[in-house]
Amino acid sequence: MFRFFGILMAVLCGLPAWAETAMNIGYLHVDVPRAPTLSNLDPIPADNGLAGAQTGLQDNQTTGKFLGQTYTLEPVVIPVGDDPLAAARQLLASSPFLVLNAPAEVALAIADMPAAQGALLFNASAGDISLRDEDCRSNLFHSLPSDGMRADALAQVLVQKRWTDLVMISGTHAIDLAYATAMRRALTKFGLALSGEKTWDADADMRRTASQEIPLFTQGFGDYDALIVIDELHDFGRYVLYNTWQARPVIGSEGLSALTWAPVIEQWGAAQLQSRFEEQHGRKMKSVDYAAWAAVRTLGEAVTRTNASDPATLRAYILSDAFELAGFKGRALTYRDWNGQLRQPIAIAHPRALVAQAPLEGFLHQTNELDSLGLDRPESRCEAYQ
Amino acid sequence: MIYLSKIAGAAIMLAVTCSMANSGEIWVTNEKDDTVSVIDTDSLEVIQTYETGERPRGITFSNDFSRVYICASDSDAVQVMDPNTGRILHDLPSGEDPEQFVLHPDDTHLYIANEDDAITTVVNTQTRKVVAQIDVGVEPEGMAVSPDGKIAITTSETTNMAHWIDTATQELFANTLVDSRPRHAEFAKDGSEMWVSSEIGGTLTVFDTATQSEKAKMSFEVQGVHPDRVQPVGFEFTSGDTHAFVALGPANHIAVVNADTYAVEDYILVGRRVWHMAFNADKTKLFTTNGVSGDVTVIDVASRKALKSIKVGRFPWGAAFRP
Repeated sequence: MFRFFGILMAVLCGLPAWAETAMNIGYLHVDVPRAPTLSNLDPIPADNGLAGAQTGLQDNQTTGKFLGQTYTLEPVVIPVGDDPLAAARQLLASSPFLVLNAPAEVALAIADMPAAQGALLFNASAGDISLRDEDCRSNLFHSLPSDGMRADALAQVLVQKRWTDLVMISGTHAIDLAYATAMRRALTKFGLALSGEKTWDADADMRRTASQEIPLFTQGFGDYDALIVIDELHDFGRYVLYNTWQARPVIGSEGLSALTWAPVIEQWGAAQLQSRFEEQHGRKMKSVDYAAWAAVRTLGEAVTRTNASDPATLRAYILSDAFELAGFKGRALTYRDWNGQLRQPIAIAHPRALVAQAPLEGFLHQTNELDSLGLDRPESRCEAYQ
Repeated sequence: MIYLSKIAGAAIMLAVTCSMANSGEIWVTNEKDDTVSVIDTDSLEVIQTYETGERPRGITFSNDFSRVYICASDSDAVQVMDPNTGRILHDLPSGEDPEQFVLHPDDTHLYIANEDDAITTVVNTQTRKVVAQIDVGVEPEGMAVSPDGKIAITTSETTNMAHWIDTATQELFANTLVDSRPRHAEFAKDGSEMWVSSEIGGTLTVFDTATQSEKAKMSFEVQGVHPDRVQPVGFEFTSGDTHAFVALGPANHIAVVNADTYAVEDYILVGRRVWHMAFNADKTKLFTTNGVSGDVTVIDVASRKALKSIKVGRFPWGAAFRP
């Protein structure tokens, strides 16, 4: 009672005319069938993403209690085969704010529903460049970096290290093809090229274990500076390291990777977020967790600063110069007003340490160095934000 | 105004010339070495290194300088050390992950920010008991207490607020929003103003203490450094609170702010990721902790020039003076 009174007094005395604001945030996880992988060493947690949203919610609630603002989260999981649009419609009926952990085509279908017009959706799981490009939607923001941002980050490392003779092995799943395309585009953007490329597919004559197969598989590349491995499902990639014919560094999906978030990030106060997350969920924070956290915190930050809870006001504020999110990445995170992408540094890390943070020093930009990663304003074919 | 500040400058110069040799020590916590380095303020050399608990950050002395309190964050304790021997006398209950604290003018109550728990813990250093725990925002860090002891401040990094605590009731009586990631708070001008730095926001906000309303806001521009990298963290006031020296983190500079006009007058290049600082006895020299470069920069306050870098342990964080 005393505590309640204290908070009430705090609210009444501390801040003039701050009315009660309540925000409900929907969270939709659309499960997808997973292809088998050679190793199950790193299972994907069932609450991947949701855990991050919950930590973001708690951060919002703590802040909100001093301002008379309350937050709730309404999570829904759609099993494989069920209709995600029906669930999305239901969630949108109770709140215009929705965080999506869903494949790109589902996110797009939801954004195009009549019920989603005027809503504010956050894509926290799909890195597809098209969603930030020709398929962008004015009601769909992206808290997860695009594949292009991550590929550009790696290309900056290659340029800085002067690893210019490059070869690539890529898998055949859709997300592999997407990341491989992003990588080729990044190499071109930064003046690099591949001197050899191979596909790891079921048709390759694999009669031995991957670790025995890799030396032969990579022998034909001849010499090179670095091997790019594209294996976003983490199927064969882990067996490439230390098994290549040439003793060369491995980068991409394995080895040195460009990541949204990783347990090895401890600078910039990140240790606090990491330990808060681990205490709550009993595991390490992953990239999709981070993107969901950032989406929920984006909404919280906008509500805190505007004391509004209608999507139009919040959308305008989030895209304005006034918005900034402290995202434990060493600088303020903001949204690109041409495609709704959250600008953010990208971690360059291996499983044991953070090696660098892109944008790397020396990659300049006329307005914001963070825009050296991903689709810059002149490149973007997004028209929905104009 | 320029004329006035010149007079002030001359006065400080005079003060320097007239002052006797002031022996004293600057104690620096080394966050990633679990030690404190003791620097002699005359010879500008490290004269002692003492071991502490894990991840030492905040550091402050008792009023008579007979005890030094150290936040050993990863040991979840505030350690009390005998500064003459370097021996740890005992630990104080501190709540989890104590990062920064402030000693009340009564020399008894420590106000401790528990970064992982969104709590400010008040500990009686004599009875070694927790007096109160106050719910604050996410990741509390900056701590300050007014000169009359009536108000304590906690700033919370993720909630982006300064929380005003009535020390008589140990309850919050106001919460004021500031820019992103507030890191440090100080009262100035006999407690009539309260200043807060915002690391990600890149600003310094001045509040009128009586009304808790925003009075001024300063931002910084360092040539050749992207605005995103200019991140104000620790700051301290010169004699008479005429100027504030503000650490700008990864911008590797200290800004000199006129505390009357709120104009930035100078930038001084120091070591990498400058964090906190402490003055010597007569406030003629300023010692800044530079986390990444693992050293302490000594600044001559009157000329606003860096005099020397002193190598200390890994990731120096807090700094405190003792005569």
